[in-house]
Amino acid sequence: MTLVMQEPRFGAGEQDSCAPDVKTDLSAVILAKFRDVAAAQGKTLSPLTEELVLLESGLDSLCFAIIVATLEDDLGYDPFTEAEDVYFPVTLGDFVRFYERGR
Amino acid sequence: MNAGAEPLSLRGTLRASPRLAARHLWGAAGQLALSDIAAGTALGGALPDLAGRAVLLRVADPLHAAIALIELDGVARRIVICPPDLTDDALPGVIAVAGVEALVSDAAEVETQGLIFAPLNLPVRPLAAATQASHRTEWVMFTSGTSGPPKMVAHTLAGLTGAIKPSPAGDAPPVWATFYDIRRYGGLQILLRGLLGEGSMVMTAPGEPMADFLTRLAHHGVTHLTGTPSHWRRVLMSREAAALAPSYVRLSGEIADQAVLDALKTRFAGVPVGHAYASTEAGVGFEVNDGLAGFPISFIGRPGEVEIRVADGSLRLRSTRAASGYLNPDAEALAGDDGFVDTGDMVERRGDRYHFVGRRNGVINVGGLKVHPEEIEAVINRHPAVRMSRVRARRNPITGAIVVAEVVLTEVAVDPATVKTEILDACRRELAPFKVPAMLGFIPALALTAGGKLERAVA
Repeated sequence: MTLVMQEPRFGAGEQDSCAPDVKTDLSAVILAKFRDVAAAQGKTLSPLTEELVLLESGLDSLCFAIIVATLEDDLGYDPFTEAEDVYFPVTLGDFVRFYERGR
Repeated sequence: MNAGAEPLSLRGTLRASPRLAARHLWGAAGQLALSDIAAGTALGGALPDLAGRAVLLRVADPLHAAIALIELDGVARRIVICPPDLTDDALPGVIAVAGVEALVSDAAEVETQGLIFAPLNLPVRPLAAATQASHRTEWVMFTSGTSGPPKMVAHTLAGLTGAIKPSPAGDAPPVWATFYDIRRYGGLQILLRGLLGEGSMVMTAPGEPMADFLTRLAHHGVTHLTGTPSHWRRVLMSREAAALAPSYVRLSGEIADQAVLDALKTRFAGVPVGHAYASTEAGVGFEVNDGLAGFPISFIGRPGEVEIRVADGSLRLRSTRAASGYLNPDAEALAGDDGFVDTGDMVERRGDRYHFVGRRNGVINVGGLKVHPEEIEAVINRHPAVRMSRVRARRNPITGAIVVAEVVLTEVAVDPATVKTEILDACRRELAPFKVPAMLGFIPALALTAGGKLERAVA
């Protein structure tokens, strides 16, 4: 299936306050995805910090479902389905590390 | 409650409760002592007017719905329980099909539709004269997420409560809660377990943040907690869940995968984590308590109150807990000639277990809410640049499934990005958010069956 998704691109201009240890290309991809899905779903996104509790980010379950599915298409993996240890992240930092570990 | 005996009316059951004084319903915006409603009314003086009537229960607050159900059971001939998302434009059809004569509402301004009107207001006041519980009330529920006019099924209290066992004597009073709305089958089961099982219940309301509900659950010491796998995944993503200490954790309403079962067993160490199968049509089917996804093949044909079989790949159930039938005159029979209800849930045998693999006819289950592909395809196909489309499920670890659309364009030259935006805008205008395609792609062609229909895989 050819997905004609708006391509979120990261890099220049990212001004998020995630801690340096998660400030990787992967975290930039994930943060861009959060913004992209929030915009598409008409949600107001809280500032994206390491400590942001996902359920208080302004996104609902459907948004997280779309984020995980589109990240799977972009990155080629879905740590929720593939992880050995079952785990559900609480904060944005947890979420990014979960994807980094699953890489 | 004696097994097999006709249950008392709900109010009668409460009046017979030995520890009624300690029991409550706690809502998001108010609470109710069950001793008050056992002897009182929130319907002003209108309850006698509703005796023997078919009553439409359309309230905003689920706590009010619980109050009305307690008051109307045994009094009304029929209670038509509107789910929270039933739209106003569906009401005339519902009223006609269900023969509705009276309306219970908690709204400040009400279009009474020419019906006998009973406003529901708190606080509960003493009931002037005891209204005889003289009817075996029919409970009418809506099947979830049908395309077209809503479908309604009729239950009896005996059928709805058939799976409820008396709580062992000497057990601490249970505090039940569910993430479901009590106006859906799964949520109503929990309300009835609380009311008939000497318990209390904590109720959520549409729009209540998960963190707030979990905080209230901890405050009231919830012991029995149920929800869909999607609900539970949200719990597992919440810090507030750490304050919960339930002794009973159940999943239903969606396929419970091994990941969510394992995560719950880890989070609530030592607590039995089970998943249950029930449907609005077939009633409560069975519980699986071995901690594994799917169910053992030994369930097929085993003796018991519910007979289970698999035919043509779908799960079939036969029991006295099934609905007696659809109200809609044009609906098919609910059960086959042999009395088995075809649930439409497809299963696949792997080793010594059956696993749920999706719904027949491509019906998609997004976090417990059912989506009919045809409804979404109809919106997409209205775009002038679209030749045809297919909507299907994509598996998802957060909501079980999401909706994806594949679209074939006409030969007219168009900008796909613009068409995509226009289609999604139309979907957002006309459909509930969970029905809007989460992904939409363009493909050259869609396969048709020999009969000229879209090929649909099990979703």
